[in-house]
Amino acid sequence: MAQEAPVVRLVDVRKTYSMGAEGVVALDGVNFTLGQGEFVAIMGASGSGKSTLMHVIGLLTRPDCGQYFFEGLNVSTLGADELADLRSRRLGFVFQSYNLLPRTTSLENVELPMVYAGIEEQERHARALQALEIVGIPQMAEHVSNQMSGGQQQRVAIARALVNDPSLILADEPTGALDTKSSEEVMDLFTRLNHEHGMTILLVTHEPDVGRKAKRIVTFRDGKIVGDSPVEEAFRSAAVLG
Amino acid sequence: MNLRTLLRIAWEAIVRNRARSLLTMLGMIIGVAAVVITISIGVGARAAVSAQITGLGSNLVIVIPGSVNLNGVRTGTGAASTLTPDDGLAIAKLPAVAAVSPLVGMHTQVVAGNNNWYTGVVGVAPTFTYIREWHMASGSFFTDADDAASAKACVLGQTVIQNLFPDGESPLGKVVLVRNVPFTVIGTLARRGQSATGQDQDDTILIPYTASMQRLTGTTFVSVIMVSASDQPSIPIVQNEIVGLLRQRHRIIGGMQDDFDVRNLQDIANAAAASATTMEFLLAGVAVVSLLVGGIGIMNIMLVSVTERTREIGLRIAVGARSSSILLQFLIEAVVLSGVGGLIGVLLGIVGSAAVALFGHWPMAAPATGMLLAFSFAALTGVFFGYYPASKAAHLDPIEALRFE
Repeated sequence: MAQEAPVVRLVDVRKTYSMGAEGVVALDGVNFTLGQGEFVAIMGASGSGKSTLMHVIGLLTRPDCGQYFFEGLNVSTLGADELADLRSRRLGFVFQSYNLLPRTTSLENVELPMVYAGIEEQERHARALQALEIVGIPQMAEHVSNQMSGGQQQRVAIARALVNDPSLILADEPTGALDTKSSEEVMDLFTRLNHEHGMTILLVTHEPDVGRKAKRIVTFRDGKIVGDSPVEEAFRSAAVLG
Repeated sequence: MNLRTLLRIAWEAIVRNRARSLLTMLGMIIGVAAVVITISIGVGARAAVSAQITGLGSNLVIVIPGSVNLNGVRTGTGAASTLTPDDGLAIAKLPAVAAVSPLVGMHTQVVAGNNNWYTGVVGVAPTFTYIREWHMASGSFFTDADDAASAKACVLGQTVIQNLFPDGESPLGKVVLVRNVPFTVIGTLARRGQSATGQDQDDTILIPYTASMQRLTGTTFVSVIMVSASDQPSIPIVQNEIVGLLRQRHRIIGGMQDDFDVRNLQDIANAAAASATTMEFLLAGVAVVSLLVGGIGIMNIMLVSVTERTREIGLRIAVGARSSSILLQFLIEAVVLSGVGGLIGVLLGIVGSAAVALFGHWPMAAPATGMLLAFSFAALTGVFFGYYPASKAAHLDPIEALRFE
């Protein structure tokens, strides 16, 4: 049953932030389904609510109302610790600013989610090395984060996201801090993870070149989904490019 | 999340900021070292005082002349001449009394060959060495026969020997002039060191009390009668008996004031212990304050650390840390900081105690219980002052934390 359920199913999800006196509607009745093995880019201007959607799907915040099923599980019934456990075992995060621990080796950074998943040290090492191999920098296992280029750091971060073999990788502007070349390499890596390893990937970006690598584009405006189509179709319409 | 992993995370965070961690620990180090030194001063001083007091004599009861009222003018205790050698002989006949020795003292210039020295010349009975538990270094002590004959024999303390016979020759058989009376040295006393009041006990010459009274001072009164009770429990009994006996002998009736005073050393010991306790309270107060300040220092740095590592905390939450894991991580960091500080403090305290013991001339005493107490108090301080920053970290909003610049 659980395997057949989509990875993410949002039903009429709403989220409002209070900014000073007035509330800002970040998500305004969002319905969204993400199936297993999909590679989806969420696009939209800044402030359109795409980051909030990411945080809701990433179980970092709860929607004000509406329902969220993660692998068929209604997450509103779960406590904070259960959400934390879901994050460590079923989700992987990639951030714009890498967020590696300072003065810490790549290996230890990649091991971090496994520490919280309660995996033994030996297995942690083995799996972290394996993950670094998948992202193509096994030779940098002992390198400390600030000795590496941005592209390399982001690869470490991706290794960290996939090391627990999650059902979903969430990437928030993963190329935002990278130059064009590194950016392309990182996107190729995502494509490869999706193709070869069957990883489900949801990424947020405002760069069309980055979004083009995904298979499906979801367009956001003012907290609402205004477009949801396969990538070829989406890039034919002017809405995305504009 | 097991404890070992948490400890490692905390240790890595501490090592990453070596200098800052050390400065943070400084308060704890000083506080704990202060506690350890305080306890060792208390224990050491107490031991030293009790050693000095038992060194004064076994089961000692001291009889001194009391205050007398001469035509309305009252003299101070010890000033009157009311005790006689016969009082001493009478006391010696009491059942629970083991030994009695009168004391007749004076300070005067003494001469031996080309050397002279100002020292205390004390007339005592042969029982004196037993009462004071004072051993001979060489020769022998005088006997009852010497007492009966007012013999011109003397026994020298080590300080006197050093000053009258500086070349190291044996003083036995030599003559020492005391107020131009020649006394033959028949023995030397073992070294005794300082008394509880800091006097050099070895700076003394002992002679038969009869010789002192008849040949030197010409008095018929003694300044002190030292009494040794047969055992510790009989000290108060002996005290009472002496009071009864002397009131009878001195014909003191009804509400009249005694012209003598009977004391035992327990009172002196208690007074010394009381002052040691006061000192300990004072030092303990200082120690507690410095531990408190150390704890506040730790809280300060932990708060800075939490702010500085906001993004790290956000990330840890994002990759699946429960808030209890974050809380424990920072709490353990605080406890490790204070614990390691406490450990260094204990080591420093031991060194400090040794130094103080050396300086204060008392046995080195750093009881393990005291160290354990100081260390646990330090760790507890870490928990107490680490809790607020740790709970602040645990309740961070991960989204805000990840955005934090």
